[in-house]
Amino acid sequence: MSGDRTIPVLALACLLLLVAAALAPQWLVFLLALALAKGLVVLGLVLLMRAGLVSFGQGLYFGLGAYAAALLANRGGLDDAALMIVAGTGCAAALAAILGLLLARYREIFFAMLSLAFSMILYGALVKSSALGSTDGFNLHAREFAGFALAGGTERRLFFAASVVLVFGLVWLLHRYLASHWGRLSVAIRDNELRVEYLGASVYRVVYANYVAAGALAGMGGAFAALAVGHVDPETAYWTTSGEFVFIAILGGTGNVLAPFLSAAIFEGLRTVANQYAPNVWQMSLGLAMLAIIMFLPGGLWTLVRRRSAA
Amino acid sequence: MSDLLAVLFDGVVYSSWLFLMAAGLTLIYGVMKILNIAHGSLYALGAYTAATIGGAWLAAGHPPIGSYAMLALAAVLVGVVMGPLLERGLLKWMYGRDEVVLLLVTYAAFLILEDAIKLVWGVESKLLPEPYALPGNFQIGELDFPVYNLILIAVAIVTGVVLAWALHRTRQGKLLLAVIHDREISAALGINVSRVYLVTFSVGAALAALGGALAAPAIAVSPGIGVEVIVLSFAVVVVGGLGSLGGAALGALLVGVVRSLAVRYWPEAELFTIYFVMALVLIARPRGLFSAPEARRI
Amino acid sequence: MKRLLRWFSIALAGALAATGAMAQQPVKIGIVTFLSGPAAGPFGVPARNGFELVAEMLNAGRVPAPYATKGLGGSAIELVVIDEAGGPQKQVAELRNLAQRVDYVIGYISSGDCLAVAPVAEELRRITVLFDCGTPRIFEDASYKYVFRTGPHGTMDNTSLALYVLERHPKVRSFAGINQNYAWGQDSWADFDAAMKALKPGIEVKTSQMTKLFAGQFSAEISTLLSSKADVIHSSFWGGDLEGLILQGAPRGLFKKHVVALSAGEPAVNRLGAKIPDGTIIGARGPFGPFAPDNEFNRWFKTSFQERYAVPPNYASYKAANALLGLKSAFEKAQKAGAASPTDDQIVAAFENITFEGVGGTVRMSLGKGHQATMDNAIGTAKTVGGQLQMVNVKRYPADKVNPPEGTKSEAWIKSGFKK
Repeated sequence: MSGDRTIPVLALACLLLLVAAALAPQWLVFLLALALAKGLVVLGLVLLMRAGLVSFGQGLYFGLGAYAAALLANRGGLDDAALMIVAGTGCAAALAAILGLLLARYREIFFAMLSLAFSMILYGALVKSSALGSTDGFNLHAREFAGFALAGGTERRLFFAASVVLVFGLVWLLHRYLASHWGRLSVAIRDNELRVEYLGASVYRVVYANYVAAGALAGMGGAFAALAVGHVDPETAYWTTSGEFVFIAILGGTGNVLAPFLSAAIFEGLRTVANQYAPNVWQMSLGLAMLAIIMFLPGGLWTLVRRRSAA
Repeated sequence: MSDLLAVLFDGVVYSSWLFLMAAGLTLIYGVMKILNIAHGSLYALGAYTAATIGGAWLAAGHPPIGSYAMLALAAVLVGVVMGPLLERGLLKWMYGRDEVVLLLVTYAAFLILEDAIKLVWGVESKLLPEPYALPGNFQIGELDFPVYNLILIAVAIVTGVVLAWALHRTRQGKLLLAVIHDREISAALGINVSRVYLVTFSVGAALAALGGALAAPAIAVSPGIGVEVIVLSFAVVVVGGLGSLGGAALGALLVGVVRSLAVRYWPEAELFTIYFVMALVLIARPRGLFSAPEARRI
Repeated sequence: MKRLLRWFSIALAGALAATGAMAQQPVKIGIVTFLSGPAAGPFGVPARNGFELVAEMLNAGRVPAPYATKGLGGSAIELVVIDEAGGPQKQVAELRNLAQRVDYVIGYISSGDCLAVAPVAEELRRITVLFDCGTPRIFEDASYKYVFRTGPHGTMDNTSLALYVLERHPKVRSFAGINQNYAWGQDSWADFDAAMKALKPGIEVKTSQMTKLFAGQFSAEISTLLSSKADVIHSSFWGGDLEGLILQGAPRGLFKKHVVALSAGEPAVNRLGAKIPDGTIIGARGPFGPFAPDNEFNRWFKTSFQERYAVPPNYASYKAANALLGLKSAFEKAQKAGAASPTDDQIVAAFENITFEGVGGTVRMSLGKGHQATMDNAIGTAKTVGGQLQMVNVKRYPADKVNPPEGTKSEAWIKSGFKK
């Protein structure tokens, strides 16, 4: 296990990103911020995948988190980025706590499709609501972060730096969680649920906890993405968005907490490159790249890193 | 009364089209345990092929009645070409990998095919309206309905019956059922699982293409028609129970009729109906309507 | 494949021609339009073709007066085209990338994308010309310095349509609608509904069908419309949905038993031609396509486009051309004011409130504090004469009759009965 190396790598990555926040060009800061946001959602997915569950409906929480954050600023008048993130995470966690009671009983494709159904119900509700702009969505703008006013120009960098610290703190916590008793129970559940029950642990509780955590992470990711992009729209809850998260998760593999961020960044990069150099066939280029990765890196992108450290 | 009849008829028409899509998908999933996202592309390929060869047939001055044969031919062509191409050329190399990875593979295939279709056929829509308008209309109450819809229903029923017969009465079909039930034991008993996979995938592809070919005369065949179909077919398959043909039929019927009722009597809810139906069915019967009891590994 | 090669060779030819003919650095313009997905066929690619054609013609100096100057004020135009597909979040990311590689950006068909990118363009201080999206919210809900829209917004589509319907069919007592269930369809229906009610109080709404976007099959919805017995049926359908509606509705008598009014139906004219039943009311979102006045400039555009792409230009192509011509006009106006290489601020100042000759008619940047264009509108009725579809009973509506005045929001303006 690369467990020992994770913490130092985490710290190093955090440091590098903080440097980037200060020095990198604006477009790179934006790209990294978006990758960070998506990485959070995928991290939640990886949690679930470790327990053997694939959720095709994380868009529900991603979209909810985004809209909750945006509405707080637009209609609630509170355009403090920290509050917006808390709102996004909180709403998503609350909904996950309710839906998880039902969903934790399902497995495999039924879990996937039921989660998809719920995300599409949110999508439908958002599309129907012309007050929320329907498919056009609406823009948002954060003016402060935890009370500190964000000056125009540097606001993105400051905000990105703060989010880096926050996210990596969270990632560290999750890493501890995964190495802990409950984390290992998740893997056991994936292997053989029934035995876990016989051994006395509550499968339902572990799955439920993972689900709520994944929902909360997705909501936080949604709020971050909304703040980075400055716009929310119902597409965030659409099944293709959820599908994208799943694909990033599979690409990265479930080996380590850092894998989602790495593969999110690479996926975003791939898509941008494909769009730039092959605007007429970017889908095909992306598909071919994905196939190549699947064929040559069976454990996901993370095996690239792991191989090097094992050698 | 004739109002309700019209609504039910519309529902059954939609269900027929859904059934063709779902049948192929449920077979593929049941046998190969693959969630075939490329199913949407196969549908689109069926529609495009039908539009092309149907259009060529009519342009060459042949009798319009032959255009129906062209639709069937398009489905067969896609099944025979794309089935082996995808299964042998791509999926075969990925068997044994995690189910989720196979999902990613079919998604990559879908992306590639979407752009391939665009490269071959361009972005302008392709039209083939003749088969749709040719048989004329019939009436329910005061409303005109195209006879073509009756043809669609008939084809769906015949396809369902033929598939059911093939699965339960022929030797090949029973082998397929055996593989659906337990892949490992079937292989141990000497069934050529590899060939079963090829046949299943090709038949599934042909069914998806048939759905597309039959839809082509009524719609404008354009890029992106495959995307929506994916979620619809998945929902129906899950509702009906994976690997169950009867489930696919019942699921399609349920979804189609409920949707049609919503369109007439509660249009605001139309967007949600399929997801509500799916959620309700799954809550009541967590493994779908017709799910075979599965042995649990201890 | 052919398209790809063609585009590449054009870009190459353009670049070569530019280096040969002009000494200055080429001006790079980023073009964002749909190259994939359902919007590519009816809008995205026709728009790209419009951009390509006009850019090439400008570089070669083959555009009639008043655009005789080559390229953009003497500098060759180089287009960098990217795909608008993927949704607003993705487009924001793409704009941030694109803005570094180009001098100006022209693009965006989807309202969601326009709304999302406008503040980003402002933040990046990159002159961005929106050319097609319909929502009036861009300049009604916010102000921008660097963002312009050279195409009229969607309000006039349905206000003109309502006026036309009531003028041609004064005895109308009820109407129904079938629109796509997303912002465009919802807004179009809301505008038409409000306009009809303001112009003819007491009119009855029989049913409003909101279909899933790109559903393609409307058997149940058509049945509902037929049994509603509404006099007029409104639809803002476009692309495959519109073609499907016509192909499925016509044989069932939808167009015979009702007056069908298509607010954005013009692209179907080229695609379906005589299959569009007589009596269908069609709008082109402006004086485009069959409604373009017959003068030298418009004839030039139509014939050049037809020669090059084998199909006539539709309204997306017209609006694309106008965006490029608008930017050129502003650029050259700034040049005339003294600067040989105008800065962005100078171009912005020149662009505001400018009036220029576009294809289809005069474009006046008269709303949105000088950033939003208005044009006259035209609505007509379809009639097949000698196997060819023609627009008859064409009625033109002056811009200020069908657009809200500066400072008034479209929704409120329609509800007030189009008060000035």
